[in-house]
Amino acid sequence: MGLRTFIQGWPVYRQLTGTDPLGRGAAAQSARSAALTARTETADSVARSVCPYCAVGCGQRVFVTDGRVTQIEGDPDSPISRGRLCPKGSASKSLVTSPLRQTTVRYRRPYATEWEDLDLETAVDMIADRILAAREETWEDVDDAGRPLNRTLGISSLGGATLDNEENYLIKKLFTAMGALQIENQARI
Amino acid sequence: MAEAHPVGFQWVMEAKRRGAKVFHVDPRFTRTSAVADTYLPIRAGTDIALLGGVVRYILENELDFREYVLAYTNAAAVVSEQFLDTEDLDGLFSGYNTDTNSYDQASWQYEGQERNSGGEDTGKERDSAAGLEHESHGVPTSGRIRRDETLQHPRCVYQILRRHFSRYTPEMVERVCGIPQERFLELARAWTENSGRERTGALVYSVGWTQHSVGVQYIRTGAIIQTLLGNMGRPGGGILALRGHASIQGSTDIPTLFNLLPGYLPMPHHADHETFDDWVGSISRPGQKGFWGNSRAFAASLLKAYWGDAATPDNDFCYGYLPRMTGDHGTYQQVLKMIDGGIKGYFLLGQNPAVGSAHGKAQRLGMANLDWLVVRDLFLIESATFWKNSPEVATGEIVPQECRTEVFFLPAASHVEKEGTFTQTQRLLQWREKAVDAPGDARSELWFFYHLGRKLRERLADSPHPRDRALLDLTWDYPTHGDLAEPSAEAVLREINGYETASGRPLSAFTEARDDGSTAIGCWIYTGVYADGVNQAARRKSRHEQDWVAAEWGWAWPANRRTLYNRASADPQGRPWSERKRYVWWDPEKAEWTGYDVPDFEKNKPPTYRPPEDASGPDGIAGDDPFIMQSDGKAWLYAPSGVLDGPLPTHYEPAESPMRNPMYGQQANPARKVYENPVNPMNPSPPEAHSDVFPYVFTVSRLTEHHTAGGMSRTVRPLAELQPEMFVEVSPELAAEAGLAHLGWAHLVTGRSVIEAKVLVTDRLTPLRVDGRIIHQLWLPYHFGTEGLVTGDSANDLFGITLDPNVLIQESKVGTCDVRSGRRPTGPALLDLVADYRRRAGMTVDRRIPLVTTDAVGCDDAAGSTDQRSPEAAAGEKRGEDA
Ligand code: SF4
Repeated sequence: MGLRTFIQGWPVYRQLTGTDPLGRGAAAQSARSAALTARTETADSVARSVCPYCAVGCGQRVFVTDGRVTQIEGDPDSPISRGRLCPKGSASKSLVTSPLRQTTVRYRRPYATEWEDLDLETAVDMIADRILAAREETWEDVDDAGRPLNRTLGISSLGGATLDNEENYLIKKLFTAMGALQIENQARI
Repeated sequence: MAEAHPVGFQWVMEAKRRGAKVFHVDPRFTRTSAVADTYLPIRAGTDIALLGGVVRYILENELDFREYVLAYTNAAAVVSEQFLDTEDLDGLFSGYNTDTNSYDQASWQYEGQERNSGGEDTGKERDSAAGLEHESHGVPTSGRIRRDETLQHPRCVYQILRRHFSRYTPEMVERVCGIPQERFLELARAWTENSGRERTGALVYSVGWTQHSVGVQYIRTGAIIQTLLGNMGRPGGGILALRGHASIQGSTDIPTLFNLLPGYLPMPHHADHETFDDWVGSISRPGQKGFWGNSRAFAASLLKAYWGDAATPDNDFCYGYLPRMTGDHGTYQQVLKMIDGGIKGYFLLGQNPAVGSAHGKAQRLGMANLDWLVVRDLFLIESATFWKNSPEVATGEIVPQECRTEVFFLPAASHVEKEGTFTQTQRLLQWREKAVDAPGDARSELWFFYHLGRKLRERLADSPHPRDRALLDLTWDYPTHGDLAEPSAEAVLREINGYETASGRPLSAFTEARDDGSTAIGCWIYTGVYADGVNQAARRKSRHEQDWVAAEWGWAWPANRRTLYNRASADPQGRPWSERKRYVWWDPEKAEWTGYDVPDFEKNKPPTYRPPEDASGPDGIAGDDPFIMQSDGKAWLYAPSGVLDGPLPTHYEPAESPMRNPMYGQQANPARKVYENPVNPMNPSPPEAHSDVFPYVFTVSRLTEHHTAGGMSRTVRPLAELQPEMFVEVSPELAAEAGLAHLGWAHLVTGRSVIEAKVLVTDRLTPLRVDGRIIHQLWLPYHFGTEGLVTGDSANDLFGITLDPNVLIQESKVGTCDVRSGRRPTGPALLDLVADYRRRAGMTVDRRIPLVTTDAVGCDDAAGSTDQRSPEAAAGEKRGEDA
């Protein structure tokens, strides 16, 4: 490497003479960083999504390689967020890929001190059994004056507000049809 | 806003760059205050006093936008002579019933309409949170309303408003809120100067307003100001609720709430809504004006979407299948019932009440007394592990070997592992594409509920019971795809949008809804989101390729309107109020409404249209009445009905306050919802004795780096690292008074529990001089719990349960406490400490909280206790009477 090349390779020289006076782009690049490719460039697919935290509704682009989320960035097209994400939105990739996420069903028997494993299908069947039993035991057809009640007060539900509209629609529809009235949401809180 | 909605805050900074003045009112100096022009520290729970001061400033100086007010509001309407104001009754309105602690609204009506309120007590509406039904519309009125266009009639709304707010003087604002008069006047001046024909001002609030025992009235006060100043329905104006969760607006529109059905249709009440006609009739009366007049079609179409072919006009569309309310079935009432053993099974769907709801201990004790609990979440949150790892396990109140609750934890799919829409805070629906498959057993709620429903229906297929018909007749035939048989979210969205039952054609607008069974609509306010069979919520036209309204990004309800009531952006003749603030206007040549947004008005109804005498529905709304969901087409400065705790907002002290109300003898909201339950003792407030046992005010809010109950942030490494520890912020003065050391430990005590936190001594909090004394406030984040990467005590454990009467939302933004240096005791000693405080504060089992604290109605629940109002306060009252 000649002296000239050495000097020209200096970031501060490039910053002073080049097109990047603030030293935030090309001037700060090393040979290594110049050779890197962004994960976003090599992604197999990009899904257009929305941040799951607060109600601002910032646009997200979810980059996927080999069936795994490799990066989540702000969507520059969004008129709401103009490509920005706050610390929470920026951490969404860590959220969805968190090693702490539970990926199997856990079951705690009455009076038990530890969790057990349970098959998903069995769990849904057991829950269905319990719903039918609770309805059976607590069903109210009519009030004292003979007016319809059509309900069970033996079942409650409290939903979060990160559920999709389509999900809430099915939740309310199914619970209403089974006569479960005590259905609530974060929106009450 | 910079802390909790950071990316939304970029628009405030944008406005500031263009010359807007930013005022930040908050008990604590935050990142928002740091960049605001003026920061006003306020005593938590006194916003109505501050805003009421602004209303008075506007009225006394006649700074209202008079043309707008006259034409578009009910300022000129004349109110019944039976009406008595808080000025007459020491903080109560006429109609207060001391037996039920609720109001009969008959005397609040417009003159000649006294019978319109139904003449009933509103305790029932309180229990069913009926106020929520009005999210999309006002309550019915009927008949002709007497108006005085000169606004001089002593009983016209304008004059009533003047009298009601006359005591909200700058001096009073200072005495109640702790905001110096000059600072208050600076705010009032800037707000009024930036409103009117040429300018508009915006108001932004968050749950700092809703989580109060007078939460709805906070927002009402904001609405009164914005209406007086002509800021509603105009660009750059309005009131923006910054809601806290990705689709919390959606969760109200398509509610999972006990008292609502989709599109704000009420859940039927057993006594009032026995038949379909009773039910529909209660939503809109015969001859009802405005768009809500079509409610029969919306109601029939919903039932048609639920029960398909089984729902016919002859069987009232299976109306009989709907379960009925008999009172309060809200989440807090449920929790108290769980503690008493009255509930068998509980579903928690992406929700963590052990940390996120008020009175965490009650939440956990309730969960520990169920037959079974289903938790669906991404992580093992506190509400799933309460039986092995909770403060009550530490104190011995929950013993795992004795806790019978059977717990199912089912892992959930994340937002990138399923498709569907969120409705964000501006009513905008945005469709998310699926990026990857969910791991392992993780499933969407769509999958879980679809298959749960399928299984239930299979098991009941041969049931002889009539009660099972509603499940068996349910339309539940959603197409599924993939190995896991995931139901199609688009198919559900199409049903939400609505379709013609004969052809299956998706509807384009809710005006197509019919009451004869020919349309099925899952949520009428969302009709149009699937217009022409196209998923309009998936539209992503870049902001660079469209104008600033960005109408082709997502889809906003109703009808893709971005600003509600935007007819008000034009004058009564349909011309823009000003060129600068042009938004929607009447084009006389084309004879239609036009502009940048979808006009919130019938497209071809001219400004000159006057309804015929007997017109109802939309036809009953004149061409210059912009508030088309209201039955009179007007914005309501004064609410003759619909708000259960008064036609006008009034400053009441929070349910727990160290102060006597400086404004009225009535201390706190007399209609608030209280639960007298041994598990829920409220700290005493004046005029009750012993409030000095809990001398400090505390408030809670969010950190930028955490999210609500922490289930989606304390579990995420970068966020956990950024905010690793529970802490409490105190002023240097309070630190000195209570002997707290920076970075040391402190514990906070209320009548419910004790929590500990690291101490952060900071100037961000400042002692306030209020009504002649110093009030110290403490601030805490409420995100911490016992699970996740970072843990700490839960601030919500400190709160008791007292609710706003309109919507049954809890007061969890303000309470009273004591603070002591050092760590809290552990084990049974912790319970002893709380018991000791309760004893000292007189919180015995037989104590009754005095709801009425004035003898103006001949019933002072607090009679005999010491009135702790300062001499100043008493003098102020005298002045008020003289005015
Ligand atoms: S990125 Fe931040 S501001 Fe934007 S929606 Fe997510 S949490 Fe809210």
